[in-house]
Order: sequence, then structure tokens, then C-alpha cells
Amino acid sequence: MRLFEYESKQILAAAGVPVPPGKLIGTPEDAAIAATELGGGPVVLKAQVLATGRGKAGGVRFADTSQEAQQVAGEMLGADLKRHTVEKLLVETKLDIAQELLVAATFDEIAKSRSVIASAAGGVDVNEAVEQDVGKVEQLLVDSFRGLQPYQAYTLADALSLPVGSLRTVQRVLLAIWKVFVEYDATLVEVNPLVLTRSGEILAADAHIEIEDDALFRQGKRLAKFGIELREDKPRPPTTFELEASKIDKEDYRGVAGRVIDFGGNLGLLIGAGGGSLTAFDAVRRHGGNPANYCEVGGNPPVSKIYRLTKLILSKPGVQGLAVITNVFSNSRVDFLARGVVKAMVELGIDPRMYPILFRSAGAFEEDGYAILRKYGIQYLGRNISMDQAAKAAVDMMREREL
Amino acid sequence: MAILVDENTRVLVQGITGREAATFTKGMIDYGTPVIAGVTPRKGGQEVHGVPVFNTVRKAVDATDPNVAVVSVPPAFAKDAVLEAIDAGIKLVNVFTERLPRGDVVQTLSFARQHGARVVGPNSLGIVSPGKGKVGAIGGPVDETHLAYTPGPVAVLSRSGGMCTETCSLLTVNGIGQSTAINIGGDPIVGSSFVDLLPLLDQDDQTRVIVLFCEPGTVQEETVARFVKETGYSKPIVAFVAGGFVDDMPGTRFGHAAVIVHGDSGSVRGKQRAMREAGITVVDFHSEIVAAVREHLDRMGA
Repeated sequence: MRLFEYESKQILAAAGVPVPPGKLIGTPEDAAIAATELGGGPVVLKAQVLATGRGKAGGVRFADTSQEAQQVAGEMLGADLKRHTVEKLLVETKLDIAQELLVAATFDEIAKSRSVIASAAGGVDVNEAVEQDVGKVEQLLVDSFRGLQPYQAYTLADALSLPVGSLRTVQRVLLAIWKVFVEYDATLVEVNPLVLTRSGEILAADAHIEIEDDALFRQGKRLAKFGIELREDKPRPPTTFELEASKIDKEDYRGVAGRVIDFGGNLGLLIGAGGGSLTAFDAVRRHGGNPANYCEVGGNPPVSKIYRLTKLILSKPGVQGLAVITNVFSNSRVDFLARGVVKAMVELGIDPRMYPILFRSAGAFEEDGYAILRKYGIQYLGRNISMDQAAKAAVDMMREREL
Repeated sequence: MAILVDENTRVLVQGITGREAATFTKGMIDYGTPVIAGVTPRKGGQEVHGVPVFNTVRKAVDATDPNVAVVSVPPAFAKDAVLEAIDAGIKLVNVFTERLPRGDVVQTLSFARQHGARVVGPNSLGIVSPGKGKVGAIGGPVDETHLAYTPGPVAVLSRSGGMCTETCSLLTVNGIGQSTAINIGGDPIVGSSFVDLLPLLDQDDQTRVIVLFCEPGTVQEETVARFVKETGYSKPIVAFVAGGFVDDMPGTRFGHAAVIVHGDSGSVRGKQRAMREAGITVVDFHSEIVAAVREHLDRMGA
């Protein structure tokens, strides 16, 4: 769960990181008031959207007066920024920047460790910085049990060639970032840039925190203290179809059957799960198929869940055929899968003998499953036919229909 | 020979009274792998499929001397369970539990390193050395396990549990058996990544060819490519990377927690390129694994 800049700054400020004075606003009038309250001098207006590369896309602008702040806010609010609508702006005092630094805490996947990163070259993407300019980026792997020690933070700060007067503050910032990183189960805490002003102040000009979704179960209370509610990150707003599927999945905890993504094609898909769905979906596309959706099935979902999902997919406008392609099941049941699919077709008044449907699954209770399919005249493929061959057969089936 | 799991494997199951754990405990016993103890706090004295349950790992270890632990407890308690197993001297821990916070994972791995223990998982269905033994839920019930997994010269390492079975089934259907198959787990950080297991397979006489089932996200495959290049790794590797379509949808998570592409980082394209450059045989379709493996085996006269 990615936090907004203003949320990230609230948390960091509470942990002792100095942040610039600022206000969160939602109307142009409030932008003017905020600018006045901040002293009436130059301000920066920053769109609060969960998108990377906000600055380059026009999401960060400046104003010299309260009046100008109102005008700029009017242009920014409601505008579209990287597929997000701008609803809130953070208005802050404009900083007189002498130097931009980068400090962050994240996981090092290769070393399988927590790590702290500091760089004298701030302002750019942290990953790019690490990849492109290794010399300028200091990375320290930190043992999870020992934690970041004050001397380590000071050593990192010292490596940035800063004025001596700033070292203690940067050390404090690093220790605070570490504390937030661990306490909040964050996967990333990044202050970029951490600004050194001409008057020698150190301030977090921007902040980016991501909390691990799998740890939200123990972070609710901590986040609620800052008025932050738990939410799910989506690269785009979900479609009605996706919302329906997600509802079906949530109403029954048994099995995974509902991670659905809308695609525009004509071939409905029930594929599964995890790596199996990735393999099947790819194979359908590479053979020239046109999927209507991505939908995982796995972890032994009950018949009712499969039935509801199949019904949803078959009812989707534009769907003209159905391919059920899974890996050889170890723990899910083929008969549940078959029963759910058949039930949906019968209920929708679809004759399985006339409708383009392809079924490839194998594993636990496969004989029971195949018996059900035979009874309803549905052709099926077993483990001797690869998932790729099944995908090709599904694509061919749709082509024949088009002819 | 096989690696990690064989005829001498003696299993302890943590969380054995849970529904899933009880099911796969039976799967292991039926397969011929002794499950000699279970642990569930407050349920000491009970039995699950004839396996005695203890309150603590320490008591279970003192009474029965297992050499592998399978952890199947809720995510909030999984870290503690792994630490408990390692502290009791167990050197191989398979973590079945999924959705462990990353911070918990790196802590268990740090502890494992200090104690010379190996973790496989989290989010791992387990390990099977066909005909010798299995640990965890991999393959499901005994009949299913035998249908999919047969003994032979190919090691299979997979980021997906289901596709570990599918890949071995594909090989089996085509008359090619396996030495050891491991579902390393679908999480961003796992105890035994591909590159951690390759040295063990290098030492294994039975293994002639290695198959990797790869997915988008993480830098595992890129790390393998670098390792193979730098060490001149001796055994042929065949890799398939699923989910090419994910490249076109950065920021969207598919299936496993780790399957997410940011820009070019973690992309299927990038992984394929890196592995090909390192001399690894990368196939475009999953079923092409068979021909690629067979070619390597033929060339070696196996």
C-alpha cells in the first residue's frame, strides 16, 4: 500500500524527520489561504497522486504570491495526472535549495536483507541512482536483529561530503527512516530529495512510503493514528466486471478464484493458478487468441465460487467462447471445477454441446470431473495434452467459429 | 542421489493440527516419508494420522529427532515458528505459509545463516525427490504425486507450486524423470532462490539437466544469469519464463506477490535476454521444455 506524500511526511515528521511547513488543500481558495498562512512568500504546490514521475508530468508547480497559488491550484485540481485525477494538493513553503540528497531504506532482494541507502545525488529515481551511479550511492546492509546503529548512520552521513554542521541532522534522519521502515513494515521509505538549504537546514522535500500489503494485518492501528485507512493499490480504477469478480472472491475465503483483470477480447478464460495462469494466458495470446479476461483459479475453491465466476465471465459482453485451462492440480479438485462450469452454463441456458468451450485440467478427482463433462457433452483434455496445445486448440476453436 | 530430501528424511510438521497441514502430512506418510512429530501449542498429547503432537519444537526434537521441519502456521506466527525450529537445531525448514511480511522473512533468514540452516520458502509447496521422499504439500495425495513425479535425471526448480507439478508431469508424460523438484516459493524474498540451489545440484550425480520455471518480477533470473556466466556453471540449464504479457502492464500484480514489473526491472524480456546471454537455453513455450531437455540429455549420451 503506497502512501501519499502528505501521509508519508506526517509519519516521518512524527518520527523526528524535519519537513517543510505545509498544508493539504482541496480547493483553489484554500490554496490562497494556505499560501498566506505560510507567510505569503513563494510556495510549491504538489499534486497528491500515487504516481511516480509526478514532477515531470506537471504535478509540481510554484507560485510567488497567494493570488498566483490560487490560480495555479485551479489549474491543477481536477486535472488528469498519469491516469489519476488530482483531488488534493500539498502547499509548502518553497525551499532555497543548496544541495539535494537521497536517503532511503528498502530491502535488498539479492542479499535478502534490509538496507539503508544514502546518496549525495538526490532528486532522481532511487533505483536509477543505484543502478547507474554506484559510486555516488552508499548502501549499507543492516542486520534485522541488530538494527541500524547510530555510528552506522553517522558513517553513512559522513560519506556524503556534507558541511560538518549537517551531519548530526542527517544521522537523525537516517535513524528515523530506519525506525519507520521497521515499525510500519514498509518495503520502501524514501526521502528524495532530502534538501540542504542555503541557510544550512536539512528538510525532507519529498517522501514516499510503501507498506507491505501482507503486513497490513498488523499495521491498521498504527496508520489509523494518522487518519490513514487501509486501501488497495490499483494502477487504474477497476471495471465493473473486475469489481463483481472481486466481490465473488471476497465472499468466500476458500481458494483463489477472482483475481480477475478485464481484457477486451472474445475468449473467456478460467485459468489457474499463479504460474499456471501466467503460462496459459501467454500461450493463448501467443497463439493469436483474444482473451476477454484473466482469471485465476486455484487453492481448491468450492463449486459455488467457480460457478459464480464462470457465470460472470460467460455473461460478459463480447464473450463468445470459454477456455478452462489449468496446470495438473495437486490440491484443487478437477470435479469441482467441472461441476462449477457446467452449472453456470446450464443456468444461463447455454447448451454446452453447441457453445465453444475447451476444458483442460488434470489431477485430484479428475475421473469424477471428466464424467460430469462427458455427461454434458463437453470435450476435455487431460495431462497428456500440454497447456500450450490446449491454448492453441482454444484459439483454433474461436477461429472456426468466426469462419 | 538427489538433493535436500531422500530416504533419510524425517519430518516434523509445525501447525500439524491445521486442516491443510493434516492433509499434506498424510500425503507425505503415504509417499513413504516418515512424519515423526507434529507441533501445535496447547495440543501436545494429541495425534494426527498417528503422528504425536507436542507443545514445542524442543520437546518434539528431544523425543523424536527429526531433520526437516515444515512450517504451516498462520502468517503472524510463522516467523516465530521458523526461529523455534532453527533454534532447536533443525537444519532444513520448509515454509508452506504464504503472505509472510518481508521483514519477518529476512529476520528468519538472518537467523538461519547464523545457525547454518537452510530455509525453503515461504509460500513453498515443498520438495520431492521422486521415489525417495517428499517434504510438504507438493504433488498432493500419493497417487497424484506418483502420476506427476517419476525418478530420473532432471532437477526442476520452480517459483510456482502448481507449475512445478505441471512441469514434472510434462516431463513424466514424455518419459523423462526427475532427480529433485523444488517449489522455491513465489515471494519476493525466499530462503533458497535459484542461485542458492544451483551449487547443490552441481554436486548431485543424479542431476544431468536443470529446469527453471521463472516468473516476472524480482531479480532471481538475472542473478542466475550472472552466476552462470561468472562461475562457468557446468550443467545445462533450460528455463521458461511465464507471463510475458505482464511486461505490458507495469505496476499490476499477477498471481504471486513477487509478480510485478516496474519499468524494465523484473520484465520477462529482460530475464530472457540475460539468461540467453549466459548460455542458458530459454524456451518460448512451456511445452518446449521437453525437446530442450531431451537435446541436452542426448548430447551428454544420457
